[in-house]
This record gives sequence, structure tokens and C-alpha cells, in this order.
Amino acid sequence: MKGTEAFQELIPLINDEPVVHANGFICRESFALKDREANFYMIGSMGLASSIGLGVALCKPDKKVIIIDGDGNVLMAMGTLAMIAAEAPKNLIHVVIDNEVYESTGSQRSISSKVRLDEVAKSTGYKNILRVEKKEKIKAAFLKLKDSEGPNFLLIKVEPGFDPATGRVTHTPEEITDRFMRSIG
Amino acid sequence: MVVNVISKIGKGLNVTALTSQSFIERLIQEDYKFFTGVPCSLLSGLIYELEDQKGEARYVPSVREDAAVGLCVGAYLAGSMPVLLMQNSGLGYCLNAFTSLNLIYKIPALVIMSWRGKAGKDAPEHIIMGDIDQALLKTAGMEYSILSEENCDEVLKKAKQKICDEKLPYTLIIEKGLFDERH
Ligand SMILES: Cc1ncc(C[n+]2csc(CCOP(=O)(O)OP(=O)(O)O)c2C)c(N)n1
Ligand SMILES: [Mg+2]
Repeated sequence: MKGTEAFQELIPLINDEPVVHANGFICRESFALKDREANFYMIGSMGLASSIGLGVALCKPDKKVIIIDGDGNVLMAMGTLAMIAAEAPKNLIHVVIDNEVYESTGSQRSISSKVRLDEVAKSTGYKNILRVEKKEKIKAAFLKLKDSEGPNFLLIKVEPGFDPATGRVTHTPEEITDRFMRSIG
Repeated sequence: MVVNVISKIGKGLNVTALTSQSFIERLIQEDYKFFTGVPCSLLSGLIYELEDQKGEARYVPSVREDAAVGLCVGAYLAGSMPVLLMQNSGLGYCLNAFTSLNLIYKIPALVIMSWRGKAGKDAPEHIIMGDIDQALLKTAGMEYSILSEENCDEVLKKAKQKICDEKLPYTLIIEKGLFDERH
């Protein structure tokens, strides 16, 4: 499955949950498919979507919080996986779109072809970890993780194949902050 | 540590002595509720106070200072006013987070940063950062004050104003000896 197909499966499963996106194509895919106020598009600060999501989850324990991360982003901030496991917010779902490359900068290979990110998540202490390689499996896996106490980790293995015609996030960073804060209440 | 506290009480006739405990209580009163960071010995008294908190305020240990910035951003977006405690050696790790996240998204935080390497008198690894940290903050357009017992009220007021009105991070620089060190 291509990354884009993974988004097409995943995004319709999200209702009113706040979602924090990793930088690069991940923001753009999600924005192009369905822009929502509760989407935090992190356009810079590579690696920090996970810590931002953790902060939101800890301060809003009654809301399910979703992080949509990339393999390169996760590898840059692997210590944050340990922080998530240690703080153990029940309401956090960490989804990783793993294309084994830094696709946004020209598809240079990352090391996630050699290091299993689901195993890393497991050894840090995430509660439930699922790995999917077929798009037909995304729905059941995501809904299962959404219904179980977290922190949960969903690794979606994909092939690169971003359509460069996909639009860029048009909101200014300040607008992204305002919208997100408004939606989260 | 005891000597330090007594000397401060001796000095302050009209001010409450600035101690790790009084400072943390003050921050919590001012509605800073979410604390995170990476330890420094100069901040050890403050962090022990935070770890002892039983109320709504919490301290989440971070593994890196930039992850702590991310955590603060998440807390702020979710309605809690965040505080980041770190050694100035962590500033380098944070600069990308400050410039490509906080400053452009208008997401504030109170940053409590210890000043290792002041006046070139410290271990070798602290000398350069101790010399350039304030210039780095200035270059990034981030305001700061060097905290003291005397300017504490005024500085916290200014920090609040920057944070609430301008939505910018504000840094309090902590010199050795201002707060007690605990081991
Ligand atoms: C600190 C930093 N280093 C490098 C970059 C350049 N950069 C932007 S997106 C990206 C790739 C992100 O990789 P991944 O998380 O795997 O997402 P993908 O692009 O594959 O969707 C890189 C390296 C950056 N923005 N910030
Ligand atoms: Mg990738």
C-alpha cells in the first residue's frame, strides 16, 4: 500500500479527536484529505509531534489524542517513546506511517527498514502495539487500539508514493494554534 | 544550603525570602501548573519541590530539552500554562523547537534556565555556552531576565505579561546560589 492509501483508510476513522501531525508530507496528506480544526499541523520542529501529543494527552485525560507520526520523525526523538511509555496516558494513540524513507526531502532511506519501530515501542512499554501492512487491516487495527487503554502504537508499513500535486497547509501557524485550542476547549 | 537560606532571610526585611519552596509555591499560585525539564544541580532544589507536589501541579521528567519544549507546547494547547526547567546546555537542543514551533505558532512557556559557565568560571564544557546563551536568546528574539531575590516580583510580572499578552516564551536565568542545591 502507498502512504496515500493509508491516509485514505485512516482519516475517515477519526471523529472529533485532536490529532497532532508530524512535519512534511504527513501534514499535507491529512490536510488535503480532510482539514479539521482539531488538526495540529506541525510544520517545523521535526521529531516533536510525539511530545506535543503527549502534552495534550496528559492535560486532557478525557479526550482520546492521536499522533500521526513518520518513521524519520520517530527515529529523531526515540527518547519520547520512552517518555510516553513512562507517563502511560491511557488516552493516547501513536500512529506511525513508516515508509522507510525521508520522503518529504527526496526519499533518502531511513533506518526503519533495519530497526523495527513496533518492537521499540513494545520494549519501552506501550500497552498495545499493532503492525499492519495491508490497507484492509487498518480499520480494524485502529478501532481496536482506540477502544483499548493506551498508550497504544499502530505501525503502518507503506511504500513511498506521495503525489507532489498534494496541496500545502494553507493556514498560518498562528491560525493552527487558535483553531486547535478552540476545538479542544 | 542552610547557610544560603539564612543569609537570604537576613537580607530581606520587606520581602519574603526567596527559596525553592516559596518560588515553586508562587509559580503554582500564578497558575503555572505543568512543569517539565531536564535537571541541573542549580535547579535541584526547585525540581525536588516539584516532585513533592501533591496538588494539581505536576512535574514530568523529560529525556531531552527539546522533547520538554514539545511537551510544554502540548500542555499549552490543552489549556495548561507550562514551565520548562533546564540547564543552559539544553538551550542548543531547544533552538529549533523555539524558532520553528513556539515563536511562529505563538505558543508561550516560562523557561527557567540555569547559568552554568558564568564569567568563564566553571567546568570546560560550560564555558562557551555560559558566554553566549544570552546572545542566543536575544538573536532568537526571546526575552529574559536574570532572576534575583530583589527583582522576583517585577520579573514574574513581566514574564506573565509576555506570556499572556504576547504569547512568547520568557526565560528566567538562574545563577548559582540563588536556589538551594540538594543531593
Ligand atoms: C531538524 C530537521 N531536520 C531535517 C528536516 C528536513 N525534513 C523535513 S521532513 C523530513 C522527513 C521526515 O521523515 P518522516 O518522518 O519519515 O516522514 P516522510 O517524509 O517520510 O513522510 C526531513 C528530514 C527538518 N525539517 N528539520
Ligand atoms: Mg518516512
